[in-house]
Amino acid sequence: MVIERQRGLPEIPSLSPEKERMSRETLLADVLVIGGGPAGLAAAIKAAQFGLNIIIVEDHYKLGGQLIKQTHRFFGSRELFGGLRGFQIAQILERQVKEYGNVRVLTKTYAYGVFRDQWVGLISENSVYEAKAKCYILATGAMENYLAFPGNDLPGVIGAGGAQTLMNEYGIRPGKKALIVGAGNVGLIVAYQLLQAGVRVKAVLEIMPQIGGWFVHAAKIARYGVPILLQHTIKEVLGKDSVEAAIIVKVDKDYSPIPGTERKIECDFVLLSAGLTPDTRLLSQFGVKLKWVPELGGLVPLRTKYLETTIPNVLVAGDMSGIEEATTAIIEGWIAGLTAVVKVLGPKSEVLRERERLLKLLKEYRAAPVSERVKRGLKRVII
Amino acid sequence: MSFRCTGIVSVDDLKKLGLYPPPERLKKGPVVLVECPEEIPCDICVDACPFGVIIKESITSIPKVLWDKCTGCGTCVAKCPGLAIFVVDISHPAKASVVVPYEFLPRPRVGDKVVLLGRDGRRLGYGVVRDIFEDNKTLAVKIDVAREVALEVRGFEVVRHEEEG
Repeated sequence: MVIERQRGLPEIPSLSPEKERMSRETLLADVLVIGGGPAGLAAAIKAAQFGLNIIIVEDHYKLGGQLIKQTHRFFGSRELFGGLRGFQIAQILERQVKEYGNVRVLTKTYAYGVFRDQWVGLISENSVYEAKAKCYILATGAMENYLAFPGNDLPGVIGAGGAQTLMNEYGIRPGKKALIVGAGNVGLIVAYQLLQAGVRVKAVLEIMPQIGGWFVHAAKIARYGVPILLQHTIKEVLGKDSVEAAIIVKVDKDYSPIPGTERKIECDFVLLSAGLTPDTRLLSQFGVKLKWVPELGGLVPLRTKYLETTIPNVLVAGDMSGIEEATTAIIEGWIAGLTAVVKVLGPKSEVLRERERLLKLLKEYRAAPVSERVKRGLKRVII
Repeated sequence: MSFRCTGIVSVDDLKKLGLYPPPERLKKGPVVLVECPEEIPCDICVDACPFGVIIKESITSIPKVLWDKCTGCGTCVAKCPGLAIFVVDISHPAKASVVVPYEFLPRPRVGDKVVLLGRDGRRLGYGVVRDIFEDNKTLAVKIDVAREVALEVRGFEVVRHEEEG
């Protein structure tokens, strides 16, 4: 799928009168990295090592993306920060990025659109920017999926990632008694973090006949008595002004609710961890070809193994190019960063060698049986 | 049911994967139990062991333990990111101990009485904290336990109501 306009992209807009108090700046760089999470930071670090001028745009006030709210320790080898907690990995990546004078970091800044001749519009509280680069690396991450059921608009029904932000970034406990929908890694990890915050986790529901996430994450909550209910889903949330209880139901092998198996669970909040959708909104404005690949979370860009999309100077990395996890996002970021170096400085042999090494590393990380689904999806998008 | 359905690995599963110490090794002294039955891209345990006793052929292969060389020191317990490593000692006829990873509040103290929990969260009686190590905020807590539950204890709760809040 490609999104095209009949008359091409519009010119980048000039300042509207009410915005005249804002400063305006034209930014030119070798590489514009959009997204300051693990993939974007890794890409910027690799490209910066070879002296490229880089701008990173991040909408949050802090760099690190989802890593900043991950309090659990990550798997992996030493090179990939294994054994460190997610927020510690974010601190390391931030420190590495800031070591380079050739990287400009714009936090609290949105990339709001792509315009004619690949001008990208950026806006922060006090400034508007028009940015143009030789190479673009999009690492915009993903969005949490929501589920449709009666009562899902009640205060207290939130995304599992949202609960992590409340707890682990802002120190706010999201409730006292939780019900979690979805036993993928996000659901299992958040269940454990809720226990650490002193929340009672009533159950983790999983519609599939087995746990979606890693066994060790499930074991960490099983040993503290949290029931993981397979082939169960949420039917309804009850409550007047906020969540008071939830009705759960068993499903058959076709995932249809089995009448008569409903059960009421007392809880004051419900967390949804029903997967993520790649955020390709900005990428699609560049006009790259996207493809619907359910194994990767939805619409994702076609790309080469070096992470070039169908527009050669637009590169991708991380969850936006297919839902995986932070470690593979970092490796992809490194690879995309090196591809940018090749594009701007030409094919230096040391860069090509390092890129091949990282491709091999990525393959090793995806050798686990849990990555089968992702690998099936990748076969359909690598061109 | 498979551990992929329950989050609870059985002794039979561990034996099949070569992750359960042989009975004669258990009789000799403290020994590590790596409850990591899945091919996971991680090799922190390999680096963590000061004696090179935990081996992985590739980053995703299931760990192997050289049982006779393991000293049961427990260095690996607080380093495993999956909180999947334990040390058990059932070598004495009358007493036993386990080392389990722990990341909750309140922080246990040596001498604390704790409620012991099994792999499924079932209560297994009480134990007493004997020693505590820490690595990057994860505690490895050595607890004296009854011999008959030593192979089952995987977690605990600190009982210290008077100081809460």
